[in-house]
Amino acid sequence: MAIMTYREALRQALDEEMTRDPNVVVMGEEVAQYDGAYKVTKGLLDKYGPDRVLDTPITELGFTGLAVGAAFGGIRPVVEWMTIQFGLLAVDQLINNAVKYRAMSGGQFACPMVVRGPNGPAEYLSAQHSQSFASYFVHVPGFKVVAPVTPYDAKGLLKTAIRDNNPVIFLESEMSYGHKGEVPDEEYLIPFGSADVKRAGKDVTIVSFSKPVLMCLEAAEALAKEGIDAEVVDLRSLRPLDHETLYASVRKTNRCVVVDEAWPQCSVGSWIQSLIQKDCFDDLDAPVELVASEDVPMPYNHTLELEVQPTVEKITGAAKRALYRS
Amino acid sequence: MRPIKNYDASFLRPLLEEMVLIRRFEEKAGQMYGLKKIGGFCHLYNGQEAVCSGASRGMKHGVDVLLTGYRDHGHAIAMGMDPKGIMAELYGKITGVSKGKGGSMHLFDYEKGMWGGNGIVGGQIPLATGSAFAQKHKKNGGATICYFGDGAIHQGAFHEAMNLAELWKLPIVFICENNQYGMGTSVERASSVKDLYVKGQAYGIPSKMVDGMDVIAVYEEVKDALETARTKNQPSFLEIKTYRYKGHSMSDPAKYRTKEETEAYLLQDPILLLKKRMEEAGLLTEDDYKAIDKKAKEVVMQAVEFAEASPEPPREEIWADIYA
Repeated sequence: MAIMTYREALRQALDEEMTRDPNVVVMGEEVAQYDGAYKVTKGLLDKYGPDRVLDTPITELGFTGLAVGAAFGGIRPVVEWMTIQFGLLAVDQLINNAVKYRAMSGGQFACPMVVRGPNGPAEYLSAQHSQSFASYFVHVPGFKVVAPVTPYDAKGLLKTAIRDNNPVIFLESEMSYGHKGEVPDEEYLIPFGSADVKRAGKDVTIVSFSKPVLMCLEAAEALAKEGIDAEVVDLRSLRPLDHETLYASVRKTNRCVVVDEAWPQCSVGSWIQSLIQKDCFDDLDAPVELVASEDVPMPYNHTLELEVQPTVEKITGAAKRALYRS
Repeated sequence: MRPIKNYDASFLRPLLEEMVLIRRFEEKAGQMYGLKKIGGFCHLYNGQEAVCSGASRGMKHGVDVLLTGYRDHGHAIAMGMDPKGIMAELYGKITGVSKGKGGSMHLFDYEKGMWGGNGIVGGQIPLATGSAFAQKHKKNGGATICYFGDGAIHQGAFHEAMNLAELWKLPIVFICENNQYGMGTSVERASSVKDLYVKGQAYGIPSKMVDGMDVIAVYEEVKDALETARTKNQPSFLEIKTYRYKGHSMSDPAKYRTKEETEAYLLQDPILLLKKRMEEAGLLTEDDYKAIDKKAKEVVMQAVEFAEASPEPPREEIWADIYA
């Protein structure tokens, strides 16, 4: 098994799928000659040429909409948004076209496309570049939304996303691109709708997705030192959601902390919290805790921006509250 | 007016028949709306028939693709879709072209190249550009026509798509159906320039204005532009000047226009103009026209009967057609 970075795992997925299917096309700002703003697409232009790896002008609405139309025409575009924040300009094309054409036409159209890019806060980027918009997409029926945190998950889920016949929103994290992990040499795919127990435990379930999963694992280690055995569930896939794995964990531990780096109101985290509260009501020994970012625009100052987001301390604190140990 | 002498009855007569059919279909749709058989938004095409019918004859049906906005009944008929399925869609019936899930604004027939029917002003312009991208990538010999109105041309979607189409040399013809009002706002009150076709020139795209009341002019220009798209991967932009007789939608009494203005346009009605010129050329008699009109009314009545008799969609349809 090879050790590689998250960005290399993504690149391998793109490379393998582009080799497998000539209709897979990559487009976005700086993805070709510049090798990608985060170097995910490095080398693809040389290998597949300018008809399949396309630098776009800075027009998110235009090239995302173009990709949707191309997908209706049988192309499998993988669109890179340099950040999901820029993608807000293109959300109309996804919500009103990519997702709606199939429904409005009575099933005549399919939209096999992937939109991928970094979501959520990184560092020192202030308010316009530090937002987690997972819920914007998870909210809409017709999308599939995934948010992997390890190189293994990133590769397996991206390959599945490219082969899926629906619009898939693939949420990465700027802070994750350099993370290393094991990736098998042989081909594999990870199905959507399958959560992963990243750490088994019996006392409390900590559920999260994307970058904060790593923080949850750290928190679990800290809790272990205090004799608390936490289970960490990585959702990986937000729509469809793996209720079964999630509920099985909560039914085992009877306590749950949800961690989401988005704002708390109407977030994926608050949705998961409400689902568990309702569907596992009889199994819970404490209210479900939510650790979210503070309900404020992100400040530039580093101390303050860290204070705004979930931290290991906030997660351990919530776990202890759920265990009535605080 | 372009001469019609190069065309014989076998070309002109079906063209006239289609335009009359669209006119009668729209009149009936308006009536049925008044009777509450059709709900929601319903945008009628009366007055603009020469645009969709002329353009359709320049298309290579089977490989070409068309997208338009929400005023799409005429385009659907011109793309060869059955008026029965269209009327049933307006009624929201399961036998409708979109299974009763799209309604008036969302008429689709993927196989025939009719890609809708779009409710977000200008939203279809990037999509159409993507259709052209797919056609070029797959080298299937197809080209795409993208219709939008004078109201849509100020959207960012238009400008971003025009830039991409020329930059990537895509086989597409952009057609602005300038009916001179974006809902209740006249072009003069919405556009910084008088002639909209100049906006295509800003992107290096060959652009021109076409008389949308002259169906022959529309046909010839669109055919040429599609040929250029197909053979040279060169996009074009046509501003086709037309006029809608009815309000923006059924709820619009169109008080922003004078009676004189509307009456002046009725004198250059595209159907009457074609009829007159065919009569002058000895290709049509008054009796022929009456027969065409009678036939159109019958087809429309059959469409209404079909829609009336069709069942409602079953409840389980709510959950169908969301994921592929």
